Amino acid sequence: MKISKDTVEYVANLARLNPSSDEIEKLSKDMEQILGYMEKLNSLDTTGVSAMEHVEHISNILRTDTVVESFEREKILSNAPDEQDGAFKVPRVVE
Amino acid sequence: MKYEIVIGLEIHAELSTKSKIFCGCTTEFGGEPNTHCCPVCTSMPGTLPVMNEKVIEYAAKAGLAMNCSIANFSKMDRKNYFYPDLPKAYQISQFDLPICSNGFVEIDSAGENKTIGITRIHMEEDAGKLLHDEWGKSSLVDYNRCGVPLIEIVSEPDMRSPQEARDFAEKVRSILQYVDVSDCRMQEGSLRADVNLSVRPAGSEEFGTRTEMKNLNSFRSIFRAAEAEAKRQIRLIEEGGTVIQETRRWDDDAGKSHSMRTKEEAHDYRYFPEPDLVPIELSDERINNIKESLPEMPWERFERYTKDMGIPEYDAGLITASVRTADFFEQAVTAGADPKTASNWIMGDLMKLMKEIDTEEIPFSGEDLAELIHLIKDGRISNNIGSKVIEKMFRTGRKAVTIVKEEGLEVVSDEGALEAIVDKVISANEKSVSDYLSGKKKAIGFLMGQIMKETRGKANPGVVNKILLKKLDSIGDM
Amino acid sequence: MKFDVRKFTIKEAAKLLEKGEISAQELTEAFYDVIDAADESVGAYISLNKKEAFKQSEKYANGNKGTLAGIPMAVKDNMCINGMKTTCGSRMLEGFKPPYTATAVQRLIDEGAVILGKLNMDEFAMGGSTENSYFKNTRNPWNNDMVPGGSSGGSAAAVASGQAVYALGSDTGGSIRQPAAFCGVVGMKPTYGTVSRYGLVAFASSLDQIGPITKTVEDSAIVLNAISGKDPMDSTSVDTGITDYTYGISEDPAGMKACIPVQYLAGGISPDVKKRIEETIGFYEKSGVTVEEVELKLADYAIAAYYIISSAEASSNLARYDGIKYGFRSENFSNLSELYSNTRTEGFGDEVKRRIMLGTYALSSGYYDAYYKKALKVRTLIKQEFDGLFRKYDFILGPTAPTTAYRIGEKAENPLEMYLGDVFTVSVNIAGLPAVSVPCGLDSKGLPVGLQLIGKAYDERTILRAANAYQSQNPLHLPFEEVSHEI
Repeated sequence: MKISKDTVEYVANLARLNPSSDEIEKLSKDMEQILGYMEKLNSLDTTGVSAMEHVEHISNILRTDTVVESFEREKILSNAPDEQDGAFKVPRVVE
Repeated sequence: MKYEIVIGLEIHAELSTKSKIFCGCTTEFGGEPNTHCCPVCTSMPGTLPVMNEKVIEYAAKAGLAMNCSIANFSKMDRKNYFYPDLPKAYQISQFDLPICSNGFVEIDSAGENKTIGITRIHMEEDAGKLLHDEWGKSSLVDYNRCGVPLIEIVSEPDMRSPQEARDFAEKVRSILQYVDVSDCRMQEGSLRADVNLSVRPAGSEEFGTRTEMKNLNSFRSIFRAAEAEAKRQIRLIEEGGTVIQETRRWDDDAGKSHSMRTKEEAHDYRYFPEPDLVPIELSDERINNIKESLPEMPWERFERYTKDMGIPEYDAGLITASVRTADFFEQAVTAGADPKTASNWIMGDLMKLMKEIDTEEIPFSGEDLAELIHLIKDGRISNNIGSKVIEKMFRTGRKAVTIVKEEGLEVVSDEGALEAIVDKVISANEKSVSDYLSGKKKAIGFLMGQIMKETRGKANPGVVNKILLKKLDSIGDM
Repeated sequence: MKFDVRKFTIKEAAKLLEKGEISAQELTEAFYDVIDAADESVGAYISLNKKEAFKQSEKYANGNKGTLAGIPMAVKDNMCINGMKTTCGSRMLEGFKPPYTATAVQRLIDEGAVILGKLNMDEFAMGGSTENSYFKNTRNPWNNDMVPGGSSGGSAAAVASGQAVYALGSDTGGSIRQPAAFCGVVGMKPTYGTVSRYGLVAFASSLDQIGPITKTVEDSAIVLNAISGKDPMDSTSVDTGITDYTYGISEDPAGMKACIPVQYLAGGISPDVKKRIEETIGFYEKSGVTVEEVELKLADYAIAAYYIISSAEASSNLARYDGIKYGFRSENFSNLSELYSNTRTEGFGDEVKRRIMLGTYALSSGYYDAYYKKALKVRTLIKQEFDGLFRKYDFILGPTAPTTAYRIGEKAENPLEMYLGDVFTVSVNIAGLPAVSVPCGLDSKGLPVGLQLIGKAYDERTILRAANAYQSQNPLHLPFEEVSHEI
């Protein structure tokens, strides 16, 4: 199946990636080849088969509503690329 | 051309659990930025969510109170998008198997009973907060709110006016407070509404294009936004334009909305089942247990107040609108106050004070109100004095008995003391006296008024009247 | 006393420590000497933990005498350790120091383990050769021109070259077993849910598992005992009910029933690999194990299903790397949108970006049903097929990889070809089953071949027993001559 440049750009945008035009070409070819290989799944009849989202059959793994002490702010910010006044700093978000 | 307005609401309510939905951090409002956080709610690499059991219970409770079916099997899903307040770049929510569905809420709008459908209620996590720094070049991200549990309540597009939208929102809030799953403090953002609105020619079956206004956090703004948007769409259509499907931001101060900067990219959220969490199974038995644990609903109390206590429907409606007020009323009645009397005090003086001070809380108990009512019933103070006392109770927190005592507000029934005052008033008002004696019986009212004024309202009217009549008669006999 | 610490197993090291023939401190020092000598040729480590390691070794002297106490080991660099750099082999996490420790690692620390350092890997565990590491290539200790396998290449190479007594790796589609096979050591992936994933930087949530890489099967069971067990921080971890994986490990395998899928010995595997496997089958049959040929019809579909599922989950798991909270941040941005895309484009390597693109596509509107949902249905079928086999057989055997280690750079250009090398390992992750790779000889070039045993869910003990039976009767090859080591 053909993966157009437009598709690659659309997907790249969704994934917040910024490939160069050379990279877009390569990605388009790679994706075509790999997705083409995956087409073989279509030859398998899966009517009536349920999608297996979890390999184990467990449910209701829950915790009680108890407060646990939070981490010190210093630890939370310890790897921040940029911070100010105890908050993570990013370029202005325009709403 | 007559147009019909079609409105649907999506209400987000923060659940009042103590800890967050997927980690043990506190859900307390406020706090210095990033002090209610841990590696899980700040999405550090390698961290995993673990579901808070209370969130499921509260969501099911809310659903049952709104007549929904509760799913025996439901699961969480990832909703993927990028935004700085969303640290994982996905929100754990519910997509195709919400915990509650197919319910309804009855509202009383403009005297008419109307049923508003609830399409679904699902659980999800709240995002963080963005603060903008003063210089305008950056934004600051605070993750304290990240992971606070939310339920999203989606209504059917059953509302036909801004008032109905408002009434529905108020009803939902009341219900959530009754089942005690959310404190619904709108000013703290724990209850927010998105308004979806479209218009169509009256009588048409097809829906028009709808717009969405997000994150309205007061009933007033829900009403105003809906009203303005309906007008805008109608005007647009009448001028030959078409309504575009878009998200608009409502500016309540300016009283208008504007289109949000959109690159017309419909969000592709790429929902898929959350692999880090296992499904939620609720047996019929468990669901029944939760149902049985529901407290009395506002309409159930309404029945009781009107039928058993003989309160008029209008009053019962107002009192049961808020669970706090209803609880307050019942406390008073349990402490011995006559229901109608208690209701009058709530509907009159108390609601006036609450509005004036802009609070939802009455700062004393129903028992305290009962105490005041007894004082009046026993004749120790008059109704008028009662009004003054209740205001002081509200503003200073003192009890009725204390106020009456400290300020000497008790009704004076001592005949000796009153006789002197009656004499004083009689000698100072010869004309009224002679009017009365010459047949104008109404002049006694003026004299009574003067006596009450002299005693600053504290005289026992019955006793005063008896003394006054006796004295006047004896003058007449002279 | 002179020891070549490189050849130590856990049991051997523990015995010497217990007898006082070597101190924990000396042992740790000795390993750092080995690492110094081997780093240039093998390059297994990304970072070392000297100060902390020596502190940890003191715990042994102070009385912590658990089975793993005082024994030096190393951890794949995608498991968080409080205060230690955890890079996942990526520029994106180059300076990242987590303020918390992965549960599996913490359990080892509580047992007194000495952590020598963090091991090299394919970036974010995506790859089969460790060539995708941002920092360095790791070279196969058997032949430095060859890849060690991946993504836990550093872990396997370190154990094979004696730079750690054992290591922790992670396995999503074969990332413990394949490098173990390429490096001639034992690598085991437990049943999904056996070991907590808390603190393991996520690649594909429904497939990832942490497991041990060791010289012997018995060592593998010892490590599994320490790291396994339900963790309240991981909702997908389970209580397996098993407390001792070494139980019955030395028992005679006679009477067991094994099978080998015909698809596994079909075309596409190298003749030397085929020969070694056939010899192994001969060994088992002589030992009283029946080995029958069976059909595994879905073997061919597993890779496609695996790559869709793992890429889809990875595309979501890796979305958090945005230059805001931690990790790399691009210097080229003038607004938020550029911050996101430039950080992610510069911070991630090509393979990671390729898989993110694939995964995003597979989940996107209009394609979800055709790709992701379809893959999940195929997953059900694959699990059912295995369940069917396990009703009749105790374990499945076959080669771990279709070839032995290949030349560094040989497969770098062709991603699909690289993916096809996972054919024997990925279906195990898809079905959530346990599997172990145990060395079964060398090829004509002197490179190790790996035998893979796949077991029923939660039945690690059967495959450990069968693997141990093989290993105890067949010599363990090491890529170095035993040298006496002055300490």
